[in-house]
Amino acid sequence: MARELKYADKATQAMIKRAAEENIQTVWDRWDAQQPQCGFGTLGLCCRHCSMGPCRIDPFGNGPAVGVCGATADTIAARHLVRMIAAGAAAHSDHGRDIAHTLLAIGQNPDGDYQIKDVEKLKTIAEQVYGIKTADKDLRQIALEVAHAALHEFGQQEGYLKMAEMAPAPRVKLWKELGIMPRSVDREVVETMHRTHIGVDADYKNVIKQGLRTALADGWGGSMIGTELSDVIFSLPNPLQTRANLGVLKKDWVNVVVHGHEPTLSDIIAIVSKDEELTKKCVAKGAKGINLSGICCTANEIMMRHGIPLAGSYMQQELAIMTGVVDMMVVDVQCVWPGLEKTAKCFHTKLVTTSPKAKMPGFDHVEFHEDKAVVTATQILERAIDNFPNRNGHKEYIPEISQGVVAGFTTESVFKFLGGTYRSTYRPLNDAIISGRLRGAAGVIGCSNPNVEFEEGHLKIVKELLANDVLIVSTGCNSITCAKHGLMTPEAAFQYAGQGLQEICRAVGIPPVLHMGACLDNSRILRVLANIVAEGGLGTDLADLPVAGAAPEWMSEKAVCIGFYFVASGAYTVIGKPLPMMGAPALHKYLTEEIEAETGGKWVFEENPVEAAHKMLRHIDRKRKALKLKPMMYPQPFKPEE
Amino acid sequence: MSRKITCHIERCLGCHTCELACAIAHSTVAAARPRGGEANADPDLAVAIAAAGEKPGYRIHVEHFGPQAIPLSCQHCEEAACVLACPTGAVHRNASGKPVLVEEERCIGCSMCVQACPFGVMAMRPGGKVAFKCDLCIARLAKNLPPACVSSCPTHALAVEDEARDNKQKRQAAVQRLMAAQTAGSAEVR
Repeated sequence: MARELKYADKATQAMIKRAAEENIQTVWDRWDAQQPQCGFGTLGLCCRHCSMGPCRIDPFGNGPAVGVCGATADTIAARHLVRMIAAGAAAHSDHGRDIAHTLLAIGQNPDGDYQIKDVEKLKTIAEQVYGIKTADKDLRQIALEVAHAALHEFGQQEGYLKMAEMAPAPRVKLWKELGIMPRSVDREVVETMHRTHIGVDADYKNVIKQGLRTALADGWGGSMIGTELSDVIFSLPNPLQTRANLGVLKKDWVNVVVHGHEPTLSDIIAIVSKDEELTKKCVAKGAKGINLSGICCTANEIMMRHGIPLAGSYMQQELAIMTGVVDMMVVDVQCVWPGLEKTAKCFHTKLVTTSPKAKMPGFDHVEFHEDKAVVTATQILERAIDNFPNRNGHKEYIPEISQGVVAGFTTESVFKFLGGTYRSTYRPLNDAIISGRLRGAAGVIGCSNPNVEFEEGHLKIVKELLANDVLIVSTGCNSITCAKHGLMTPEAAFQYAGQGLQEICRAVGIPPVLHMGACLDNSRILRVLANIVAEGGLGTDLADLPVAGAAPEWMSEKAVCIGFYFVASGAYTVIGKPLPMMGAPALHKYLTEEIEAETGGKWVFEENPVEAAHKMLRHIDRKRKALKLKPMMYPQPFKPEE
Repeated sequence: MSRKITCHIERCLGCHTCELACAIAHSTVAAARPRGGEANADPDLAVAIAAAGEKPGYRIHVEHFGPQAIPLSCQHCEEAACVLACPTGAVHRNASGKPVLVEEERCIGCSMCVQACPFGVMAMRPGGKVAFKCDLCIARLAKNLPPACVSSCPTHALAVEDEARDNKQKRQAAVQRLMAAQTAGSAEVR
């Protein structure tokens, strides 16, 4: 049964129809097959942490209220939740660690395949974060020292994370008072696993406290190291134009789609794919050359640095293969479905795993190591070229749909724009908020999930906020949705934005939704917020800012971790479907109400996207009022409270 | 023709999903959000457990015998002990083959039906004063939907019994076994 997917882009609609006609299973079919999903799991009332269990708490109060060990619903749900945080933090931070290792490799072997692309940023990180003197040192030495300092953050046994010390001073002070200042990346993950072992931490608030610290160790630690060092190695993105959606695949070209998260391999593939020798090989096989495109966050990484087009988001990974023109899909880690194998079997597409951490049945495995980056990338691309003649002509179908997009904003570059090339500053942004031209800013981020209408939540929240003069920063798969639907073009401002936001977009020439990268790059949003505070005029702490965050279609454990580091950083954080803890009443009240008195942030669950946007606007209004900012310059469709 | 809920016990994994679905389908949440926007869908579980008012209770119970889980609910017996025991006619069936129901206004809460039921699936409403049992989800059946426990079962252990169809299947299986035995027997003789 094909779904209608009435909010999805036209290419997805066309492909889902085709899937039904060809009787090819998709993620939506597999989701349907899983219904009904277990109510105990959905409510967070199932515990599998020891083999006295599995235990279930009866949510209607007819059966057991505690597990075999005596753990209550609140304890069980809290333990499960923080394990999700630990898994999310581990995923993002391990990605960050790999990037730090790449920097180390550059320091150790300056003739390798990677180079320092952004010397300035390396020096800034060295001096400002790690206190490493850079004057009179050669680049290689600085790279070595920064890499060692960054890697030290993962396993250090004393002190606090240096990256986290970059947060505004009142925030760092608060974290230390609350006992949630992260000490090291790996330690917090390990401690979370320890505390949630049978018979350790059973006080749900204390469990969550460790969850917050683990999340911070990612957001202001592992993830931030990943983002910052990626900029150093792969270059600091600058706004550029490219295209998004399945229409970027080309019939007469060897289509290679990269999918996953880490830029280490995909960045090299992006460079090697332009190699003349390989182009000649393509021509020999009857193709015009290599057409590289991306899926999921790998796509975000190489789009923002190389302008490589986006083939689609997380939910489109199978649909890309169904075009019949993808000669190879190269994957690394995170958000890659093992189910791709079944789809690929219906076509000629070769699937290749590259990370020693992620092998999949039915995928070829070409292991990637930094010291042989170019050689491996070339090998992989050669295999793709060899696969081009195996295409089955009558199965080809490319929806001729793609959308122009301006992508590649960063903590640094957004505001070079706002302040002008010569005077890079956040002043104009702060002034716009203070004067009431902008109501505030919002981060709309996160995955997509077949448990909601695909793209409805992302689009409705973003459009409602834009209409009310809220500037949007976007990462992950939300940014791919926004890109496909034309929200990341400067013209979108005139169609969707309120008058104040329109004026800013017109003056500076930016889209009203700013693409800030992959899901790892949510740490950029944290830095943006810190810079807004530092610029002055909008309070002294992150929690003072008239900002809010949302992940309407969240799916992964990484998203749970991101949400928690935003809540810990004082942000009002809205998601659609609730966290798996609705069966734990005290924990629910704590996370959605009481925690605000501690961190300044809190969780909000709202499945109606327009209502979610309105809740964010109300929060932004409360913060504006507390800061005694000027009334809004132009009339607002969703009126501020008197 | 009588309708009953049957169970292929070998398929039951003891997940208790039927119990939750039963409670949701009988919960007091009038204003509950329909799941997935479908008109006939049940209220959301998170909404149902948080709803004010009378708790819905379970009309189906997952029991166990050793490691084997077995869901049990009213068998809607033809010669129902609960109907016979009821002094007021509150526990009744409208016609032969129809489900056994409780007319709450007539129930005096004597619990004679509870004592009479040989399966232990007749109870008093949790926190209430009247008899309480499986109504075969007549509201759902009227909309052509199977009972909540049946449609929620992830392994299809629960089903609505169709005597004619099920017996036909059983006879077919029996015939096949007989034929196989006969073939094997005649081969031996030769």
